[in-house]
Order: sequence, then C-alpha cells, then structure tokens
Amino acid sequence: MYDKTIAEQSRALTRGELSSVELTQSYLDRIRQFDGDINSYITVTEELALDQARAADERRASGDAGAMTGIPLAHKDLFCTEGVKTSCGSRMLDNFIAPYESTVTARFKDAGAVMLGKTNMDEFAMGSSNENSYYGPVKNPWDKAAIPGGSSGGSAAAVAARLAAGATGTDTGGSIRQPASHCGITGLKPTYGRVSRWGMVAYASSLDQAGPMTRSAEDAAIMLNTMAGFDPRDSTSLEHSVPDYTTTLNDSLEGLTIGLPKEYIAAGLDADVEKQIDRSITEYVKLGAKVKEVSLPNAGLCIPAYYVIAPAEASSNLSRFDGVRFGHRCEDPQDLMDLYLRSRSEGFGEEVKRRIIVGTYALSSGYYDAYYRKAQQIRRLIRDDFLDAFKECDVIMGPNAPTAAFDLGAINNDPVAMYLSDIYTLSVNLAGLPGLSVPVGMANNRPVGLQIIGQHFAEARLLNIGHRLQQVTDWHLQSPALI
Amino acid sequence: MAIDSSEVKKVARLARLDIDDSAIAATTATISNILAMVDRMQLVDTQGVPPLAHPLEAIQRLRKDEVSETDQREQLQSCAPAVEEGLFLVPRVIE
Repeated sequence: MYDKTIAEQSRALTRGELSSVELTQSYLDRIRQFDGDINSYITVTEELALDQARAADERRASGDAGAMTGIPLAHKDLFCTEGVKTSCGSRMLDNFIAPYESTVTARFKDAGAVMLGKTNMDEFAMGSSNENSYYGPVKNPWDKAAIPGGSSGGSAAAVAARLAAGATGTDTGGSIRQPASHCGITGLKPTYGRVSRWGMVAYASSLDQAGPMTRSAEDAAIMLNTMAGFDPRDSTSLEHSVPDYTTTLNDSLEGLTIGLPKEYIAAGLDADVEKQIDRSITEYVKLGAKVKEVSLPNAGLCIPAYYVIAPAEASSNLSRFDGVRFGHRCEDPQDLMDLYLRSRSEGFGEEVKRRIIVGTYALSSGYYDAYYRKAQQIRRLIRDDFLDAFKECDVIMGPNAPTAAFDLGAINNDPVAMYLSDIYTLSVNLAGLPGLSVPVGMANNRPVGLQIIGQHFAEARLLNIGHRLQQVTDWHLQSPALI
Repeated sequence: MAIDSSEVKKVARLARLDIDDSAIAATTATISNILAMVDRMQLVDTQGVPPLAHPLEAIQRLRKDEVSETDQREQLQSCAPAVEEGLFLVPRVIE
C-alpha cells in the first residue's frame, strides 16, 4: 500500500482493507531499508508513529474518521513538534526539543494523521539543493548523483521514494515547488497567509508559506483541506473562507486561458526541460485550454530583490538565536559578547552566516534606501506585472527551474550561481501568489515539473488544473527504482 | 557597491558573528559577488513607486490588550542552556 496515493489509502482504510498500523509499519520498514542512503529524514519517530496509528485505527472503528485519519506523513524539520527534536537542519537547534506544537502539525494531529518523522532540509530553509544541512545532503531517489532540490529536499525525496504518503514543506523562494519538480512529485505553495506560519521557524516572514508535497494534485487538495485556514496566532494569517479543495478537482478546463510569459523562455532554459513543458501545455490545449503570450517585464529582477528582502528579514528573525534561551550555547563563555559571538558562529553554517551578513548590511544605516527600500519597490513592480498579466489570462505556466536536478556538489561552492537557479520561483513569493508544480516528464533521466501560477487564493483552480493533467498522464504515478 | 574586509568584519560583529581571520578574504569576496549581483536593482527607475511590504497589502491585525496565553515558563525554559529560579543565566554583565 505504500505505493498508493493518500486518496487510495484513505479509501482502503475506510473499507477496512488495511489498518493504519500496517500502513505505518510498511513505511517505517522502508525508511529503515532505504533512508540510510537517501538521508531524507533527520528524525524518525517510530514509537510515536505506531501509537498514533493505533489511535487512528480506534478512531476509525468508532466512526470518527476523516480523510487524513491514519495517513502516515513526514513533516519538514522546521515545524515545531512538541516533545520532538526540531532542528531546522542546523547545529544551532540540534538539541532543541520543541516545547509546543505548530498550527500546521497540530491540525494534522487533530485530524488523526500519523507523523513518521521530521525531514531533512537546507539549514533554516536557506538553499536550493539541500546541501546546506548540518545532517548531510539528501540524495535524489531518481538518481543518487543528483540533488533533490531545496530547501524542502527531504520532504520531496521521502514522498518520491515512498518513504511517506505525503509531507509538509515550506516555500520562501521556491522551496516546495523546485524540490517537487526535481523529485517528480506534486507540490503546492499556497497564497501568502493561506496557511498559518505559527510554530514554523521563521526565515523571511513576508515570504514564508507552508504547503503540501504529495504524489498527486488530489492528495495535495486533501492535505490542504487540513492545513488551510485562519489562525489568530499568526498575525499575517488571512481571514478568507476555505473551500473543500477536493470538490472542484474535476471541473472542466474548457475556455481556460493559459498565459505563457515571453520572458520565461530566456537563455539558460535547458532545451529538454523546455520540450517537456511545451508537451504538457499541448495536453492542456487538448483539454480545452487556450494559450496566450503574456509579459512579465520585471521578472528577472526577482533574484536581486529576493536576495535583499529574504536575507534582511532573516538577519532580523535569526537574531533570536543568542545562546541564552534555547539552542546551541558555546562552552565556557568569557562574557556576554563572547557567548553571543561563539554560540552563533558555532551554531550557524556558512550559507546562513552569509545571508545574515548580507541582510544586516542591507538594513544598516546609510544602505537601507539603496537596498531594502529599493528591493521593496521592485517587489511592487513584480507583483503588479502579475496582476496585469492576470487581466489577460487565468493562470501562468512555465518551468520551476532552468534545468532538471543538477549533480551534488556541482555549484555548492558558488552561492551566486545557486541563487540564479531560483529565477522561475522567486517572483511568485514576492507577489504572494499560489504556485503548483506537477511532474510532466524527464530530462536527462531526471524529473521535470510544470509550474502553474494562479491569482491570489486560486489554490482550488490550480489543483483542478493539476488533477486534470494527472487524469490523462501518468508521470505522477511513476516511481524511482530503489536498489 | 564594493565592500572591503574591514566592513564585512564590522557588519558581522553587528550581527554577533565572528569571522575567522583566515576566512575573511574568502567571505569578503563572496559577499562582494552577491552585492554585485544585487546591484542590478540600481539600474531600475523606481521613482514614485511605493515599497511593498505585504503582497496583499494587508495591515497588521490588532487584538484587544487582554491576557490570552497562560503562564508556561517552566515548559518554555525546559530547552534553555542554563536556568535558575526561572531566570536565564548568562555570564556576569555588571561587576
């Protein structure tokens, strides 16, 4: 059953064809067998998972079950989970047992879902390859020489390798969509404010958003039903009604207008990736959609704007890691300054330090207008480009990344090259829009995903569009051949 | 805007980060590359464009000033490096 979707597992549990304990055990067995190599989990909560599975089976027997009851999930290791290590992929939090539960994981708990463990990630969600983890890189299950993408690389690899039925991820600049694309799974970054950020370790607060990472668009709809909704504990959570995302999955695509930004076919887009994207758009035309060229003139500016705004917000957010209240503390501090300096320098990895320095510089006296304010002005230009484009089309389609997954170690020593690979995802975060990645083929034997960008709060439409493609293609059902 | 190693050291200190002397040259080079990439922004005319802090331009929600959380001090201090009588311990600050 580990190879079935959440929707199929849920139906089998309802019909009594299997128990959550059996299902959970099958994933735990696979994790033991395969994850030593893939490294998608930081923590496996075996006992807790089996306890939760038993409770889910009892709950189902008493007739009080929902679609998520008894479904084994993995959570990105930046969601605080009470009593369970929450490391954020960092030495800084290697000893951190969260004293409270995030809203997202609490909602899954309340729905009776099972937590298999916490997944590997780029440290503090800063990275595009999952190579910036204190716990070592994650390997792409399709090709172990390749990166899985990042920062939610552990979640993507776990779902792709069938080491979890579904997973949570977070997306600040592409960290759900890009690893989903590289690992051949489905990943949704919802509208900013759609899912509560409470209990998520913050990276860039005006961009961070949690979302589901699953086999299919239908599964993403099922998970989003549990995740989405207003939370008074998150001051940027939006009071906007939550539909049942599963009810519109089969809606017709007749008359749908797909916008193709002319700027997206820029130099650097791999020809094989482009071919797969084009072919998937042809499928949509067969399903009744129309295609229209649109323009996002400031699209390329998303990289400089993001790499000012995100580090600036990070430098502020990460000031809380001071060696005083939680997290890593250096040995024998001589004085308070020594305690701060050594605790932070020992606890943070290179990329995190780099972004804190860039962010501190951008916010420092005399540079604020040239960097932070300028980036926020460009952010408006980028957002307005999308709003203008959506006057002419319903959704925008394109790639998630210029290439399929690159090799481990290929560009990890060149931060700027790594940043440039985020060209197709960053603008969606700056504009606060929802974006979905669905698998549409292979390039160089590595998966390629199509990115579908919608208007604010258009998650139901995006999932409908993803689902309809998955009714006529089977890329989402293919799985890597693990040894 | 170019940045030199003394400025990198100063900014790192502001952020309470210590950069080893042996790493300062490489760090300065990397930060300079990032700033050079970011400087593309300066070519864009943004005169009169208001900065955008929230993509949906929502404003901070306010609530009534009343107690909403109960005392969880012990639980929240359970993960602190050093605590005594409910206080966080740090090296002596005032002699």
